[in-house]
Amino acid sequence: MAFVQIERRLPKRRPVEERVRDWGEVYSPFPEDKLTHQARRCMDCGIPFCHQGCPLGNLIPEWNDLVTRDKWREAIDRLHLTNNFPEFTGKLCPAPCEDACVLSINSDPVTIKQVEISIIEHAFREGWVTARPPAMRTGKRVAVVGSGPAGLAAAQELNRAGHLVTVFERDDRIGGLIRYGIPDFKMDKQLLDRRLSLLLEEGIVFRPNADIGGNVPAEELRRDHDAVVLALGALRPRELPVPGRDLAGIHYAMPYLTLQNRRNAGDHIPDDEFVSAAGKHVVILGGGDTGADCLGTAHRQGAKSVTQLQWRPAPPETRGQNNPWPEWGYVFRTSPAHEEGGERAFSISTREFLGEQGQVRAMRAVQVEVEDAGDRRARLLEVPGTEHEIPADLVLLAIGFAGPESHSVVRELGVELTERGTLAMNDEKMTSVPGVFAAGDAERGASLIVWAIADGRITARNVDRYLMGSTDLRGS
Amino acid sequence: MKSLSSDRHNHYLANDILPAAPHPTGLYDPRFEHDSCGVAFIADIKGRRTHETVADALRALENLVHRGAHGSEVNTGDGAGVLLQVPHEFFHRECAALGFALPAPGEYAVCMCFLPMDAVGIDACRQMFEQQANSLGMSVLGWRAVPTDNAAIGPSAKAGEPGMHQAFLRRPDTITEVAAFERTLYLLRRRMENAARDRDFPGHECFYVCSLSPRTVVYKGMLSADQIGAYFPDLSDPEVRSALCLVHQRFSTNTFPAWRLAHPYRMLAHNGEINTLRGNVNWMRARERQFASELFGDDIKDLLPVVDESASDSATLDNVLELLVMTGRSLPHAIMMLIPEPWTGNDGMNELQRDFYDYHSSLMEPWDGPAAVTFTDGTLIGAVLDRNGLRPSRYYVTKDDRVIFASEVGVLDIAPEQIAHKGRLEPGRMLLIDTAQGRIVDDSEVKSQVATEQPYGRWLAENRVGLADLPSAPHVPTPDHGTLLRRQQAFGLTHEEKRLLVAPMSQNGEEPIGSMGTDTPIAVLSARPQLLYNYFTQLFAQVTNPPLDAIREELVTSVATAIGPEGNLLDPQPESCRQIELKSPVLDNDELARLKHFEAPGFRTCTLPAVFDVREGPDGLTSAMESLYELADRAIEDGCTILILSDRDVDALHAPIPSLLAAAGLHHHLVRTGTRTDIGFVVESGDAREIHHYCLLFGYGATAVNPYLAFETLDEMIQDGELADLDHDTAVRQYIKAVNKGVLKVISKMGISTLQSYHGAQIFEAVGLDRSLVDRYFTGTASRIGGVGIDVIAEEVLTRHRTAYPVRPIAAPDLDPGSEYQWRRGGEYHLFNPETVFKLQHATATKQYKIFKDYTRLVDDQSRTLATIRGLLDLQYADEPVPIEEVEPVEAIFHRFMSGAMSLGSISTEAHEDLAIAMNRLGGKSNTGEGGEDPARFLRDANGDWRRSAVKQVASARFGVTSEYLVNADELQIKMAQGAKPGEGGQLPGHKVAGPVARLRYATPGVGLISPPPHHDIYSIEDLAQLIYDLKNANPRARVAVKLVAEVGVGTVAAGVSKAHADVVLISGHEGGTGAAPLTSLKHTGLPWELGLAEAQQVVVMNRLRDRIVVQTDGQLKTGRDVVIAALLGAEEYGFATAPLVVMGCIMMRVCHLNTCPVGIATQDPELRKRYAGKPEFVENFFRFIAEEIREQMALLGFCTMDEMIGRSDRLNVRPAVDHWKARGLDLSTMLEQPDVPDGVHIRRVREQYHALDKSLDNTLIELARPALERGELVRAHLPIRNVHRTVGTMLGSELTRRHGGDGLPDGTIQFKFDGSAGQSFGAWLPRGITLTLEGDANDYVGKGLSGGRIAMYPPADATFPPEENVLLGNVALYGATSGEAYFNGVCGERFAVRNSGATAVVEGTGDHGCEYMTGGRVVVLGRTGRNFAAGMSGGIAYVFDQAGTFERRCNRGMVDLETPDGQDQEAVRALVERHYEQTNSPRALRILEGWEQAWPLFVKVMPREYRKVLQDQRTESAAAISVAPAVAEVSLG
Repeated sequence: MAFVQIERRLPKRRPVEERVRDWGEVYSPFPEDKLTHQARRCMDCGIPFCHQGCPLGNLIPEWNDLVTRDKWREAIDRLHLTNNFPEFTGKLCPAPCEDACVLSINSDPVTIKQVEISIIEHAFREGWVTARPPAMRTGKRVAVVGSGPAGLAAAQELNRAGHLVTVFERDDRIGGLIRYGIPDFKMDKQLLDRRLSLLLEEGIVFRPNADIGGNVPAEELRRDHDAVVLALGALRPRELPVPGRDLAGIHYAMPYLTLQNRRNAGDHIPDDEFVSAAGKHVVILGGGDTGADCLGTAHRQGAKSVTQLQWRPAPPETRGQNNPWPEWGYVFRTSPAHEEGGERAFSISTREFLGEQGQVRAMRAVQVEVEDAGDRRARLLEVPGTEHEIPADLVLLAIGFAGPESHSVVRELGVELTERGTLAMNDEKMTSVPGVFAAGDAERGASLIVWAIADGRITARNVDRYLMGSTDLRGS
Repeated sequence: MKSLSSDRHNHYLANDILPAAPHPTGLYDPRFEHDSCGVAFIADIKGRRTHETVADALRALENLVHRGAHGSEVNTGDGAGVLLQVPHEFFHRECAALGFALPAPGEYAVCMCFLPMDAVGIDACRQMFEQQANSLGMSVLGWRAVPTDNAAIGPSAKAGEPGMHQAFLRRPDTITEVAAFERTLYLLRRRMENAARDRDFPGHECFYVCSLSPRTVVYKGMLSADQIGAYFPDLSDPEVRSALCLVHQRFSTNTFPAWRLAHPYRMLAHNGEINTLRGNVNWMRARERQFASELFGDDIKDLLPVVDESASDSATLDNVLELLVMTGRSLPHAIMMLIPEPWTGNDGMNELQRDFYDYHSSLMEPWDGPAAVTFTDGTLIGAVLDRNGLRPSRYYVTKDDRVIFASEVGVLDIAPEQIAHKGRLEPGRMLLIDTAQGRIVDDSEVKSQVATEQPYGRWLAENRVGLADLPSAPHVPTPDHGTLLRRQQAFGLTHEEKRLLVAPMSQNGEEPIGSMGTDTPIAVLSARPQLLYNYFTQLFAQVTNPPLDAIREELVTSVATAIGPEGNLLDPQPESCRQIELKSPVLDNDELARLKHFEAPGFRTCTLPAVFDVREGPDGLTSAMESLYELADRAIEDGCTILILSDRDVDALHAPIPSLLAAAGLHHHLVRTGTRTDIGFVVESGDAREIHHYCLLFGYGATAVNPYLAFETLDEMIQDGELADLDHDTAVRQYIKAVNKGVLKVISKMGISTLQSYHGAQIFEAVGLDRSLVDRYFTGTASRIGGVGIDVIAEEVLTRHRTAYPVRPIAAPDLDPGSEYQWRRGGEYHLFNPETVFKLQHATATKQYKIFKDYTRLVDDQSRTLATIRGLLDLQYADEPVPIEEVEPVEAIFHRFMSGAMSLGSISTEAHEDLAIAMNRLGGKSNTGEGGEDPARFLRDANGDWRRSAVKQVASARFGVTSEYLVNADELQIKMAQGAKPGEGGQLPGHKVAGPVARLRYATPGVGLISPPPHHDIYSIEDLAQLIYDLKNANPRARVAVKLVAEVGVGTVAAGVSKAHADVVLISGHEGGTGAAPLTSLKHTGLPWELGLAEAQQVVVMNRLRDRIVVQTDGQLKTGRDVVIAALLGAEEYGFATAPLVVMGCIMMRVCHLNTCPVGIATQDPELRKRYAGKPEFVENFFRFIAEEIREQMALLGFCTMDEMIGRSDRLNVRPAVDHWKARGLDLSTMLEQPDVPDGVHIRRVREQYHALDKSLDNTLIELARPALERGELVRAHLPIRNVHRTVGTMLGSELTRRHGGDGLPDGTIQFKFDGSAGQSFGAWLPRGITLTLEGDANDYVGKGLSGGRIAMYPPADATFPPEENVLLGNVALYGATSGEAYFNGVCGERFAVRNSGATAVVEGTGDHGCEYMTGGRVVVLGRTGRNFAAGMSGGIAYVFDQAGTFERRCNRGMVDLETPDGQDQEAVRALVERHYEQTNSPRALRILEGWEQAWPLFVKVMPREYRKVLQDQRTESAAAISVAPAVAEVSLG
């Protein structure tokens, strides 16, 4: 009964004072013997809720078991069966599988994510992860627009099915959000490059700096390809319409993070184009992962103070009655970035930004309560007399995304949108335009990387069936 | 008043009577009827013909009346009959009066026959008869209408009553010897029967020959034992004289008029059942083409078909016995062939006999019982018991040279001083009386004589060859790892199967077990391609015959078989045994290669390819079968004797024919062409891997199987390091061992002990296969709801093939993960899956009906689309629903709910008690399961909660089944079978028997426990009736329920159970079962409850037996809709097990058997139990929600009360299942059929069963004992007793326990002394304070469940026989006794003290299997024991006085050691022997005590090893290790 006898252990995080001084990853490597020990806690459940909780349907109990028996080779095969890029999810996924783990009903879950990353890293070390070009080509050509996780997953699946795949990316580098949205301290970008070189070797063609509808006519895309997959992401940020919003020093999170990532990648960015938190009072609006990414970045840039605000009340320490296992637990979580300092405040709503000479210097905030509105949509009520000022030299808006940006490709192809602004599509993942499919955040709305990969796989399966009449791709 | 009963319809409306023997209708099929009975004969050894013999036999029959049954009408019996010698004087007189003279005895024959009632029919039959007789040179001297008096018989019997006629035929002058005359008569009868079958003459449907013989005549009919004398006035005529008289009383599961099914048949009467019938019949038919006999010449074809397939098992056995005798074998010889004693593992048997049996096994497979067969040819009369000895058979030999043989003692009053010997028939033994020689012929004499008729040993030596002796093959195929993966995919192997099935089989040598039943769709509803094997479900024995214990009673089992052609059955030659002997039917590659390369006269093998060309698509399969037949026919013509069906040729262009299809199809083809017995056949198969697969292959005709792909897979796993420490040979050997063991277990579930009998026996039901497919390839198999045809089967093969050989290879090929046992996304459907478990738990924990509706919607929708049979049904709502307020409230529904039978041990105390509390709060019923119950729970808690389980289960191990336990119940549930593993017992390792689990089971902590597969007091339906009566006595206030598992034929069993006076019948679905079970059982045995329930309802209603029983159902019920469907199909009460467990927190871990339940439910581990978070309230919420849903559905259906809804299957429609590619062919209409019965026949329970407790002797005893019961005063009385007094002392005991609790009264407060022969179950569950003394003898089950009382028995004072050599009591005494004492001055039958857990007993000799499964108590045997003593004995101590020094050989030392007893033992044994003497006055005890110094060294101590270890541990104070050892879960017995 390993699950009783062994306690959950995670790899150590590097000391805060050390890690905030560089852009290296937070977590130290985990010794493999400890890892296999942890994997033994897996109970190989009759109903593996983890496997259900994972959007990819990773065969978690199976690779846990293989790892405990030192069968890393089989483990990576089983992992790759459902997940094209375990090194990405192993670093970046918030691990809904662990919330769904049966052990977490009354104990701590298995360290599934750590097992996952260990398997893939072990496999890379052993040289087992090699390019697997398809045995035969179908002669069909597929264009994938967007090179984030959804696009890359779709590309790899379709390439494996024997189609010739070209990935179009409007940015200068391939990788989408993984490339520029994720701070390096969460994932070293070498991991991305390592994977991309394999994709290249498998025969996928990458075309960065290709803006469909811009420098590449959408017409050409249609003409040269038998199918198109739109994996455009959902980067249109949610707006915060309050007074003072147009003051300088108020930025969306994503461009802010991108700038730092570019610098880390060696790009020369002049200081006046750069946004730095150095020596500033930084206020981050939004309590999610992006907010935490900003937090870690601001600390590393040398912020004077960082305050992270969110209008929601602080989540409970344990699950609420209507948030039972195996749902994603809405509980108070502390990410490594939070460990590094800064204030967190909850139930705070932004009234206005105050500035001096067009530059933000503070924000006016107010305490709010969520009205118990029964079945109706909840309303925020300001608590009288709680209005206060928070110093802010730099404000980062990490309050979520409203949907795909307005892309010329969408317009030119004539793809219909949903009310939410996402790409509309049928059960076969095809948009209103025959032969044009969608995948990832572009159709789902902003979500987790693991969903993006899953969506890419599902769309690929549908594309393959569309092209060939049948498919043996697993999807997800 | 005598009449010729032509006025039979006068007083009865047609509506009152049952229809004549029905044809298959709805789910009912007459093939599945069973019967079982009481049998007796009286023989005058010296051949003196007297009327007294006839009169006594009839009297004996009347005293067996309780072994028969009545149907819905009390005066309609199931059948009774008499066989006697032709009473010449009587017939002479009668015929003279009719105007014709009879010649001398022997020169004429009498035909007793049934004719139509109408004059035209009678004339036609007579005319036919005379014509046929004349054509054989015989003349009919005259006809006699046999007078009958039907005044006393019931309307249904009357409705089917035929005319009774006798024809007298003169022996032709050309025939001089009796045997030749009998042969001619046999030919005559066969010709007439064939004419009747061909409907050649008017009245053919009534025409039936009871007997046609110069020596014997049979009187029989659909009567009860006490009616036959009055019905046939002939039998009372003093001039009706006979030296022998065989009588029989039938207990049939059905009540349809069946006059011709009464026994005796022409040569035998039978008590029991032939389990292997289907196979025996097939093989007989297969052999027919080879029949040739000099005695019959060309006429032999008129004897065919030998077997009337519509007749009963007994009639069939009679047919074959008659054939063997008529074609020249002696009667004992023929009997020995048909019912051989176990000879393979029998060291004690002499070589000649063994050779006889060995040789004959090449000619014919055993007809496996349980059977007590009595047989006679008019001169010889005898009886034989099958190898298991499961039917009671007792006899007296009197000093005036008579033998009285019967199913019971006490059927006739014989003065004790008249008795020379009291005996019982032993397993495999024959009792034979030769009235011509005037003596009893000893078993060994008759068998030696038969065995030496031919030099069988030499014949064997010269012709039979062992597989191992064949020369090595030049080439043995080796694993081909390069192509392995593709081939595995082509045969559908999954990772899961490798990991969960194949690997454990080779690692442990046995098949793995699992828990929590199965919730995947049946094969036909599965969206995934299924192996053909999965469309078949194994049948198993329940009630009408017992499952066997293949492990503990190994001496009767065998998987050995032989391969090669059979000769002419009727003309045995030395070459008839020219066969290759196989020790195991699973061949490794080397063995198969030897077989393939062996060339010798009479042996030639030929390999046929079992593949088809994928380019032909699905049609390719059918044509491949046809060409397979052609190839086989040609091979046989060319002299091939062994066919090997091989699918090794699978490649990119060739897909395998499913092995099962190839094997069964070819088998039936060859049976049809009459060449099946010319060859043996082997299947070289890539798809066989599970136990179930092998069972099917053997069951459908394959003699041996070579699972080459399974072997290659093992090799692969060894290479991959998956099978630590195993080399290839060991892995293969262990795997084969696991298969053999598993197959043996499956066949023993059906009560079959040898693979040879199982071979071709087709003991399966097809579920979801098109009937025409089944008729064509699996002829004779039931497939009641239709299903997929061969095109879909082919498509499934092709789908797998495409995966293996994809046109466009994509990913690196890998096996499918598999998802049969553990849920996987995108894998096989599971009703309990992440979503449903989550919703159900959330809804019930937070009492949110809205979320509960989400849960039920998920379950109902998913079961509609692809999971269950009920999902294919639509409710037909009323045009005008009733307002929901008018529907009865939830509170009125709760009493219909039961929680499942889960023992304390299988689940934790917390979970067990919470369930009980919840059910008691609601007014439903919880169930103890098989594990006893803590008396502390019998009283309510301070807060008003009650932890007592209303239903107390009585299962085969009888753990903790005491008088107190039984008294504290509202319902006593006899578990005949368990959904997860019907027909099996369980095993609980020692480390799990701790704490309360051990205490409540009366077990020693730390010592393993075993549950036997059968209830040792139920080997037949009349035994069940007896147990029901016992339990009713043990607690007259409780309902008695019988739990059955759905399978084809469960309806007839249910009807039988209703006739056996159960109050409740529970039909369990196969999916249910929370307990651990071998995966084969869990997945492949039994049926969904919908089918079982529908069949039960139909058959019970048809039999007018529904009105007196409550019908319950369970097995994965999950929603209100499920309950409504169950109600409409006929169930009144509903059981839930898995769902409440989920409600309490179970997350379907399916590791209950490992004790590692992470939510503290199925575990005894204190740490894990802390994690339990369930509450009774959750369970209450669940049932409240279910009831609420039921109400909603009722409103829509227009029912205000549930009673109105029961059995209304007309309110169900079959959904057209067009949206499912495989379900399209299903036809559920038979399920919804309502029996065509007149108004007024009830379709639900409306009245009580009549238990006849008012007639019990105990009413007198209770009156007599009143001073003791009320005031604790001493009571003594002396009474006579007879065999019809059954279960004496039990009701008295229940009174005592009810008043005084489990501790009873001081020993000996009530003392009753009886004189005579006691009936069954004397002193059952006798509590402390009562002493029963019996001077005389007793039948089976003396002291069963003894609960502290005392029993003493000894022969009558004026008996002259030595008690220690005579049989005093029957089988299974002290079964499940928990405490008390018993002293028997005489010998007992089989299975003495089986599962005794605490009683002390002394006896002077035992039958086979003494002290089996014993777990506690002390037994002293002062004489010879039978074989297999102490099998499965895990506790307690036995001492055997081994005067002859032969005990060691008869003891099963699997679990015990034989020791020399020490000084402490000496004291204890001596005290017991003294007490024995004091209680019974035993002369042997006296002699032993007088010569104690000489006697003591002859005592052997039988000591269970585990038990000794625990006792030693306790003594050496290291006992601490045990008391702190975690009390661990037990599920195997749940």
